[in-house]
Amino acid sequence: MCRTAVHFFLLCCAATGVQAGEGKLLGTPGVTQLEGSGGGGIVPWATMAGYASRDETAISGFATRVNVDDYRLSVWGAAINLYDRVEVSFAHQNFYLKGAGSEIRQDIAGLKVRLSGDLVYTDWPQISAGIQHKMLADDTIADAVGAKDSNHGTDLYVVASKLHLGAIGGYNALWSLAGRATKANQLGLLGYGGDDKDSYSLNLEASVAVLLSRQWALGAEYRQKPDNLSFAEEQDWMDLFVAYLPNKHINATLAYADLGDIAGADHQTGVYLSITGYFW
Amino acid sequence: MMTRNAPAIQAYNSLSILRVMLTGLIGIMLTACAHQPATPSLYDSLGQKTGIENIVSRLIYEIGDDPTIRPYFEDSDLDRFHEKLSEQICEVSGGPCTYSGDSMVDVHTRMNVNEADFNRLVDLLIAAMDHQKIPHPTQNRLLSILAPMRGDIIYR
Repeated sequence: MCRTAVHFFLLCCAATGVQAGEGKLLGTPGVTQLEGSGGGGIVPWATMAGYASRDETAISGFATRVNVDDYRLSVWGAAINLYDRVEVSFAHQNFYLKGAGSEIRQDIAGLKVRLSGDLVYTDWPQISAGIQHKMLADDTIADAVGAKDSNHGTDLYVVASKLHLGAIGGYNALWSLAGRATKANQLGLLGYGGDDKDSYSLNLEASVAVLLSRQWALGAEYRQKPDNLSFAEEQDWMDLFVAYLPNKHINATLAYADLGDIAGADHQTGVYLSITGYFW
Repeated sequence: MMTRNAPAIQAYNSLSILRVMLTGLIGIMLTACAHQPATPSLYDSLGQKTGIENIVSRLIYEIGDDPTIRPYFEDSDLDRFHEKLSEQICEVSGGPCTYSGDSMVDVHTRMNVNEADFNRLVDLLIAAMDHQKIPHPTQNRLLSILAPMRGDIIYR
């Protein structure tokens, strides 16, 4: 189904002579975050995934793995960029519980719209609004831990991002700040809403980065989390990352991730590795 | 497992960390600004008049080699382009020059430069500066001065 849609889209692009997206400056789309949206590693940015300018379209795909003490999260997905205005994304998450040998699978459909500004060229930051609709494949674990909804949930966010040319001793610096309304427990892997709280939480998500060269970026991220379930506390996430963006076709991100306590397992830290490829 | 009043403390802690991240970044940026007078001027870092002329020469070579950007310059007087752009970079980087060419809007009207091609020319300028061994921070300082001209250049 998804493949058919992509083929259809490529056919449309070929038919109308739409230019493939390479019209942005290297690195400015960022990378891909855990839920499939263009951004940093764990938080979305206001940038649209892919190198499409306002006259172009772009398609990208990504794969990410986060390996912490007791869990392993594997994600793959794709995003379509329409004229640097709209981003349509899909991500499939597989959360593996090492102790139990079981896994939780979730699909996420995302939509992001650029409302105003340009990451690089406007004085004000680029501002976008997005939605992530999350669907669990199986309700067993979410039900068991006390989630109010074990099928699906929807996150809404508004995000501002800005790149400052030569800001830190001549090096380019980026910041991004998002506000997210969410009920999702651990991204939604443990369902949505809970016995402690079933209303939306407003969480802040932030990234800062310094670009050491055209190809290398160094940064940190922080993501507030809701805490809806009584059986175990959910804690905020953070990471320190280095990203390598050699050209407009591929980039790779390596990070140290601190995901706090997850479902009663203490202080989950580990390695985050992600690759995004730009096909069109 | 922690007690159930933990979320309040957690929210407080996370806000503190956000604040530290942002103040840290702002702090570094202010420090960088405060130190700027001590560093050589951008004009000097670019290699003064000769250095700038060499960058523009190399840029013209890059343009000639680029099938997308070359057509924009087909009817251009390249000697004049070289002279005026060198003069302009000299002036904006703090050198002893005064730009004597036409306004950016006048130069680019009816060229219909799109966003992607503007960025491509930025890429070519970066390639030219790389070729002339201009350090990365110096390149960014020049780009940050040229970037605000984009509105006068694209879709005219």
